[in-house]
Amino acid sequence: MNEDVVTTVVFVLLALVAVGFGFLVFRVDSMARATFALAVSFVAVGGILLLLDLDYLGVVVVVMMVMEMAIMAVFMIAYMMNPAGLMPMSMYHDKPRAMSIAVGTFVVLAGGALLVDWPERQGAPPDDVTEQVGLGIMGSHMLVMMGIGAVILSTIVSALVLASARSRYDRLGDDLKARPARDPIRGGVGP
Amino acid sequence: MSELLLAPLALLLLAGLALVSVVADRALLARAAGRRLALAELSPWPDVARLLVQRRRTTTAPDALLWRTGGAGLLVAAALMLAVVPIGDSVIADLPIGIVWFNAMDVLLWAFVWLVGWGAASATALVGGYRYLAQALAYELPLMFALTAPAVAAASLDVREVVAAQGDRWHVVEMPIAFAVFLLCVAAFSLWGPFRAPAGSDLAGGVLAETSGVDRLLLLAGRHALVVAGAAFAVPLFLGGGAGPLLPEWTWQLLKTLAVLLLLVVVRRRLPVLRPERFAEVGWVLLVPLTLLQVLVTSLIVLAEAP
Repeated sequence: MNEDVVTTVVFVLLALVAVGFGFLVFRVDSMARATFALAVSFVAVGGILLLLDLDYLGVVVVVMMVMEMAIMAVFMIAYMMNPAGLMPMSMYHDKPRAMSIAVGTFVVLAGGALLVDWPERQGAPPDDVTEQVGLGIMGSHMLVMMGIGAVILSTIVSALVLASARSRYDRLGDDLKARPARDPIRGGVGP
Repeated sequence: MSELLLAPLALLLLAGLALVSVVADRALLARAAGRRLALAELSPWPDVARLLVQRRRTTTAPDALLWRTGGAGLLVAAALMLAVVPIGDSVIADLPIGIVWFNAMDVLLWAFVWLVGWGAASATALVGGYRYLAQALAYELPLMFALTAPAVAAASLDVREVVAAQGDRWHVVEMPIAFAVFLLCVAAFSLWGPFRAPAGSDLAGGVLAETSGVDRLLLLAGRHALVVAGAAFAVPLFLGGGAGPLLPEWTWQLLKTLAVLLLLVVVRRRLPVLRPERFAEVGWVLLVPLTLLQVLVTSLIVLAEAP
C-alpha cells in the first residue's frame, strides 16, 4: 500500500481517538475514567507528533502526560467533592454554556486549520525536525529560556522550603544535636 | 534477518526468558526450603493451567474496564520495551530515541499498576496501587538519570549507537552507579524483590489481592516479562550489546541477558521488602544526587576524550 495512505489512515485514527477520548472525559461518571480518558487522548496526540517525525517530542508527551495523569488521579480523587472517588459524579458544571464554549472553540480552531490558505511547501523537511522546531520556537532566546528554567526550578524549591511546616530544628532539636532525628517516618538515610 | 520474523522472534525470546526466570525462581525457592529439586515442582505449567481454567472471582462494584486494561498492560509494556532492543544487528522499531521510548513504556506502568489497584474496588488493592505510585515517584528520576548517562557517553538516544559507542570498554566500567541504579529501578517497576510492597503479603497481595484466573496469570507473567525486558535493555546500554570474543553476536547478547536476569532472580528473595515511604527518602536524598554525579563524571570523561 502507498505509504502516504497508511500515514493518513493512522493520522485520522489517532485524531479521532484524541478528540473522542477528550470528549469522553466529560461523559464518564468516574474520576479515574475521566483522568485516564484524558491520558489516552494525550497519548494519541503523542502518536500524531511521531507521525510528524518529531520522535522525541512525541514520546516525551507520552512520558509527561501519563505520569501527570497518574499523579493527578490521586489528587482528583482525594480533593474532588466525591469522597474517595467511589461514587459516580460528573466533571462539568453549567453544562450548556460549557459545552457551547468547548465545541465552539474546537470548531473555530479546526475550521481555521482547514480554511486558512496555507503556503505551498518550499524545499524539503530538514533531517532533524525536532531540532528545527526547537530553533523555530526558541531561536536566539534559547539561552534566556534555559536561564529561566533554572530560575523556575529554584523558585519551586524555595517555595517548598517556605511552605514546609517542619524545619531542621523540628528534626534535630534546638541545638541540632538530637539523634536519631525526630522524623515522622523513621528509617531511610541521614541521621 | 527478515524484518517480518523479528517481532515474533522477540516475543518468543520474551516468553522463553520469562519461563527461565520462573523456573530459576522456583528452583531457588525449593533449595532455600531444603527440598530436592523435582521437575514437577519446577514446572510452572500446572499453575498456569489452574489459573487458565479458574473461574473469575469479582468484587461488589469493580471497574472491570480499567481493571482489565491495567492487568493486560504489564505484558504489553514489556513487549514494547523489547521493540527498541537490537537483536543481532537488526531492531524491530528503529527509533532514533529508543532510550526515551523505554522510559515512556516504564512510565505507562504507573497508570497500569494503579488501574489494577483501582479497578478491583477493594481497599487492599487500592492501597497497593498507591504504594506503587509512591515508589514510582522515588525511583523514576534516578532511572531517568541512569538512562541519561549512556546516552551522554554515546551522544545519542539511539540504542544501536549506544552499543556502537562502547567498543572495547563497556559502559558499565565508567558508569557503575548508573548500571546499579538501572537494575534497582528495573526491580522497582516490576514490583520485584525489595520493591514488592505494592503486591506485598502485608496487604493480602496488594494489587494482586482480588485478581484471579487469567487476570492474575497476566499480572504474574507481566512481572516476569518486565524483569526480562529490563535485563535485555541493560545489555546494549551498559554491557556492550553483542560484543564478545569467538561466539556470534546474538549468542553473547543472549548470554549477557541471561546473566543479568539470573542476577535479578537471585536477588529477588534475598532482600527484605523496602517500605515505600522509606525508599522515598533513599531515592531523593541518595539516588538522585548519586546518579546526577554519575552523569557529571560521564560528561567529564566525554569532554576529556573529545579530540
